[in-house]
Amino acid sequence: MELRQLVSRIARQVGALLFGLLLFLIFVAVQGRNPLAVLSDLAFGAFGNSFSWQNTLVRTAPLLLTALCTIVPAQAGIVIIGNEGALLMGGLGAVLGSMAFGFLPPAAGIPVILIAGSLLGAIWISLSGILRQARGVDPTISSLLLHYVGLAIFLFLVEGPLRDPATLNKPSSWSIPEALRIGRLGSSDVHVGLVLGLIACLGMWVLLKYSAWGFGVRIAGGNPRTAAMMGLPRNSPVIAVCAIGGACAGLAGAVEVSAIHYNANASLASGYGFSGILVAFAARQNPLAAIPVSLLLGGLHAAGGILQRRHGLSDASINVLQGLMFLAILMADGWGASTRRTAKG
Amino acid sequence: MLSFIMALVAGAVRLSTPFLFVSLGETITEKSGRINLGLEGILVFGALSGFGASYLSGSALIGVVAAGIGGALLGAIHGWLCGRPGTSSIAVGIAMMVFGLGISFYLGKPLIQPKAPQLPDIDLGWWATSPAVRAALRINLLFVLGLLMAPFLRWAFRSTRYGLIVRMAGENAQAARAAGYSVECVRLLATMAGGALGGIGGSFLSLYYPGAWTEGLSSGQGLMAVALVIFARWDPMRCLWASLIFGAAGSLGVALQSIGISQGFHLFNAAPAMLTLIIMTASSSTSGNSGRPRELTVFS
Repeated sequence: MELRQLVSRIARQVGALLFGLLLFLIFVAVQGRNPLAVLSDLAFGAFGNSFSWQNTLVRTAPLLLTALCTIVPAQAGIVIIGNEGALLMGGLGAVLGSMAFGFLPPAAGIPVILIAGSLLGAIWISLSGILRQARGVDPTISSLLLHYVGLAIFLFLVEGPLRDPATLNKPSSWSIPEALRIGRLGSSDVHVGLVLGLIACLGMWVLLKYSAWGFGVRIAGGNPRTAAMMGLPRNSPVIAVCAIGGACAGLAGAVEVSAIHYNANASLASGYGFSGILVAFAARQNPLAAIPVSLLLGGLHAAGGILQRRHGLSDASINVLQGLMFLAILMADGWGASTRRTAKG
Repeated sequence: MLSFIMALVAGAVRLSTPFLFVSLGETITEKSGRINLGLEGILVFGALSGFGASYLSGSALIGVVAAGIGGALLGAIHGWLCGRPGTSSIAVGIAMMVFGLGISFYLGKPLIQPKAPQLPDIDLGWWATSPAVRAALRINLLFVLGLLMAPFLRWAFRSTRYGLIVRMAGENAQAARAAGYSVECVRLLATMAGGALGGIGGSFLSLYYPGAWTEGLSSGQGLMAVALVIFARWDPMRCLWASLIFGAAGSLGVALQSIGISQGFHLFNAAPAMLTLIIMTASSSTSGNSGRPRELTVFS
C-alpha cells in the first residue's frame, strides 16, 4: 500500500472515532453536563497517570484478543460477532482445566489452563465455520446465537455443577489455585495477558500477510472460484480462521479468569466480546491496527468509573459512546466509498 | 402431562408476541430488499421507550405508541446509514445493535426500580373452572393485534399498491426505478415500518411479560427473528406459526417447572436460540424457490 493512501485511511478512521466522541459530548451536553469537563476526565481516566494507564492496559488485554475473533475470520470474508460467547467458553475452559490439572506445577499448569480456555473458544467459533461450510448457515447470525447458548451453558455450569458452595451471594465456580494464576508485570496491576494479546496480534498480522496460508485464506474469502481453480482447499481455511479467532477470544476469557476474577461467574460477561467487534471494524480488520484501537477503547472502559463518580453518568454511558463511535466508523465508510475494498463485510 | 401441555400452550401464546412483531417487521424490511440485523437493539429500545412512556404518562397504550415511534426512529437511522454508498447493511446492523443496547441501558438506569402501568388482558377463559385453562386463555391485546396483522400483511403484500411497490424494490430494484419509484426511499420507509413493529414487540416485554424494565430483558429475540423470517420464507402467516413454535420453545423451562422439574432453567432459556440454530441448519440448503427477495443477496 502506498504511504499516502495509508495515511489517508488512518486519518479517516481517527476522524471517525473523534466524530463519534464529538457526538457523545453533544449527548452529555444535552444531559446538562459540561462536555469539556467530561472530555478532560475521560482523557485523565484513560491516560492521566500511572494508575489510569495500568487500569487501561488491564482492559486492553482482553480487547486485543476478542478483536481477533472478528478480525481473523474476516480475512476469509466471514463476519463473526459471537466473540462474547467464545470468551465465556474460554473462562469455563480455564476453570475446567484448573479443576482437572490443578496438581501440576505452575510452569506446566498455567499453560494447560490457558490452552484449555483457547480450545473451548476455538471449538465454539469453529461451529459457526462448520455450519457455514456444511449447511450454508450464515455465520454472523449463528455465532451470535451460539453466544446465547454459550451464556446459558456457562451460567448453568458455574451456578450449578461447578459451583463452589462457599459462594452465596454471587454464585461462582471453584477458584483457580493461587499458584496457577498468571503473573503480573513487575509491581504493576498489568498482567501477562497484555503480552499474550500483543503477541497474538503481531503473530496474526505476520501470518496473514506474509505466509502462503494467509494468502490462501484471503483468496478463499475474496474469490472462492479462483481458490477452487488454483486447487486451494475450500473448507479448511474457513474453519481454521474461525477456530483461530475463537481460540483468541477463549484465551481472553481464560486470562480474565486467571488474572482478574480467579473464578468464573456472571460478571465475566462484561462486554469485552462486543467491544472487540467495534475494535475489529475500527481497525478495518487489520490485526496491527487493532493494537492502538484496543488501547483507545481500553482507555474509555477504564475512564467509565471516573465519569460515574464525577459526573453521575451511569456505567452505560461508555456503551453509548461505543455505539456512537461504531456508527461514526460506518458513516466514514461512505466518505471514501470509491477507494474502499468491498469484501470486508 | 396435561398441565405440562397447557403450560406449553399458554407459554406459546404469551412468549410468541415479541417474536411475532419483530418477525413481521423484519419481513416488511426484507421484502424491500434490505436486511436489518439491528432489530435486537430496536427491540430493547422499544421496551425501554414503551416502559418509560407508560411510566410517565400513566397509560400503557401511550407506551406502546412511544415504543413504535422509538423503533421507527432507530429504523430511520439504520435505513439512512444503509442508503449511503459503500456501507454494508450487516455492519450497520451490528453497530445499531451496540448503539441501541447502549442508549437503552443508559436511559433506562432510572427506570429499573419503578413500576409502570401494564397492558390489559383479554379474558377468554371466563367460562373455565380450571385455573390452568383460565391462565392459558388470558390473552394480551398485543397478541390479538399481531394475530390480525399477519393475515393483513399477507393480503397487503399480495393485493395492494404499496405492497407491490415494496416487493418490486426487493425483487428487482431496476424495474422499480424504471417505474419511477425511489428504491432508497421505499427501503427507508420499509426499514422504519419494520423498526416500528420491532419497537412494539419490545414494549410487550416491558409492559406485559416479564413486565418490567431490566437490562437482561431480551435474550436475543430480535436477532432470532431474522432467522425466523428465513424459516418462514418471508410469508407473514408462516411468521405467525413460527412465532408460536418459538414461544413454546421459550416456555419449555416454565412448563417443566409446572410438573416439578426445576433443574437447569438457564439451559431452557436458550431453547429458542438452539431451536433457531437447528432450524437454520436443517433448512438452509433448500435454496431454489424459497421466497427470498432477489435483491436480498446478503446471505450466501
